Amino acid sequence: MSVELKVNGRAVTVDVEPRTTLLDCVRDELGLKGTHAGCEHGVCGACTVLLDGQPTRSCLMFAVQADGYEITTIEGVAPQAGELDVIQDAFCEAHGLQCGFCTSGMILAARSLLEREASPTVEDIREAISGNICRCTGYGQIIEAIQLAAERMRGQNAPASPSLSRTEAVR
Amino acid sequence: MKPASFRYVRPNSVAEVCEVLAAEPDARIIAGGQTLTPMLAMRLARPSVLVDIHRIGELIGISRVDGAVVIRSATRQVDALHSAIIDEDLPLLAKALPWVGHPPTRTRGTVGGSIANADPSAEIGLVAVTLDAEIVLADGEDEEVVLAEDFFIGPMLTVASPSACLTEVRFPRRPDGRLGVGFQEISSRKSDFAFASAAAQLVLDADGACSELRVGVGGVGDVPLKLDAEALCGTRLADAEIRDFAVAAMADVETVGDLHASEAYRRRAGAALIAKAIIEARQGALNTGSSGGRNVG
Ligand code: FES
Ligand code: FES
Repeated sequence: MSVELKVNGRAVTVDVEPRTTLLDCVRDELGLKGTHAGCEHGVCGACTVLLDGQPTRSCLMFAVQADGYEITTIEGVAPQAGELDVIQDAFCEAHGLQCGFCTSGMILAARSLLEREASPTVEDIREAISGNICRCTGYGQIIEAIQLAAERMRGQNAPASPSLSRTEAVR
Repeated sequence: MKPASFRYVRPNSVAEVCEVLAAEPDARIIAGGQTLTPMLAMRLARPSVLVDIHRIGELIGISRVDGAVVIRSATRQVDALHSAIIDEDLPLLAKALPWVGHPPTRTRGTVGGSIANADPSAEIGLVAVTLDAEIVLADGEDEEVVLAEDFFIGPMLTVASPSACLTEVRFPRRPDGRLGVGFQEISSRKSDFAFASAAAQLVLDADGACSELRVGVGGVGDVPLKLDAEALCGTRLADAEIRDFAVAAMADVETVGDLHASEAYRRRAGAALIAKAIIEARQGALNTGSSGGRNVG
């Protein structure tokens, strides 16, 4: 079946069998290997992508169901090739990843949370990543990474003047 | 594993869905697919055709109709979770919804799908049974209305015929008065399948006595169960009375044992959660103060 998808802002047409999951479609048809295939039956969250900004397990959806949605994979997160976005950067800095297998799913889950909630509590963060399994980090640093990203994103949105005037005062 | 081959259709109306189901005995409806897709991947289900209903407009939405809140079957769980109507008129369901799955499954999973799958540990089914919700099925030209308690007949088993499409669930709106609700669950991680769960909704009269009480228990047996709570009506719901009721109620329930929890454990956990849910509901009702308050605990 021919399906028109919108992936990371780009319109693509793929020809897939109905039984092809969205996961296999983005990996094998579109070559976007950053979306990871873990359990392939909806348990681990490694395959998480965003569908209209909402986290979705791409192994639990068929590509033929996905037309008309804005699909975001980890490849669509960074502002430009060779750069990292704030959340990716925070994961590196806070050691929020070890083997990296869960990381793309974690980052997309975090992104959808931070778009809704600029100042999430630890509980909010735990809930947001509760569907994503990590076998390496023990989750502590992932939570710290998301907190760090939230802090930086709040900073980006805050008006610059208060901190400037504080610097002035010190001088 | 990968699913076996199937054909895929996406009808535009309930009538078209019924046509396909009538013509293809091996067809299966897919809505959110959060339970069916893993079953397809493991080849526990091998339908010839998947009938996708997730975009049928007439199957989506939450509305007030007479004394009920009607949730159309393909309404996504995340939308139910954020619904002001459910918050106001169905506080017990509002309390249970955060326990349903994880954020990435709630964005796809539907209210009707959860009911149709009839997992005995599912929260929405438990609330439906506890509140005497009605489940509406379209089958060809016919419409059938089934009481939730009669709808579930076993694990992943319902009275719905393979040619029927679940179209809506009608939950009775909350009663007026000093209302409280409680929902309790135990699982290995939050949002995993419940080993046991309990739901309670009650009304206190002006003297603090219980004038109406609904209690249900889930995850312990083959289907979610509504309990006869008549014994506690008219009392002031002392902790000891509640605990005795819960233990006695679970004594009659046929529990199941598996890798995670034995029969005896489920019996004990069920009783403990029933008591906690009723106490939670009582505290909620007491906190609403005077009668008619709409805030619930
Ligand atoms: S690969 Fe999709 S949830 Fe594990
Ligand atoms: S970093 Fe290895 S699974 Fe999470």
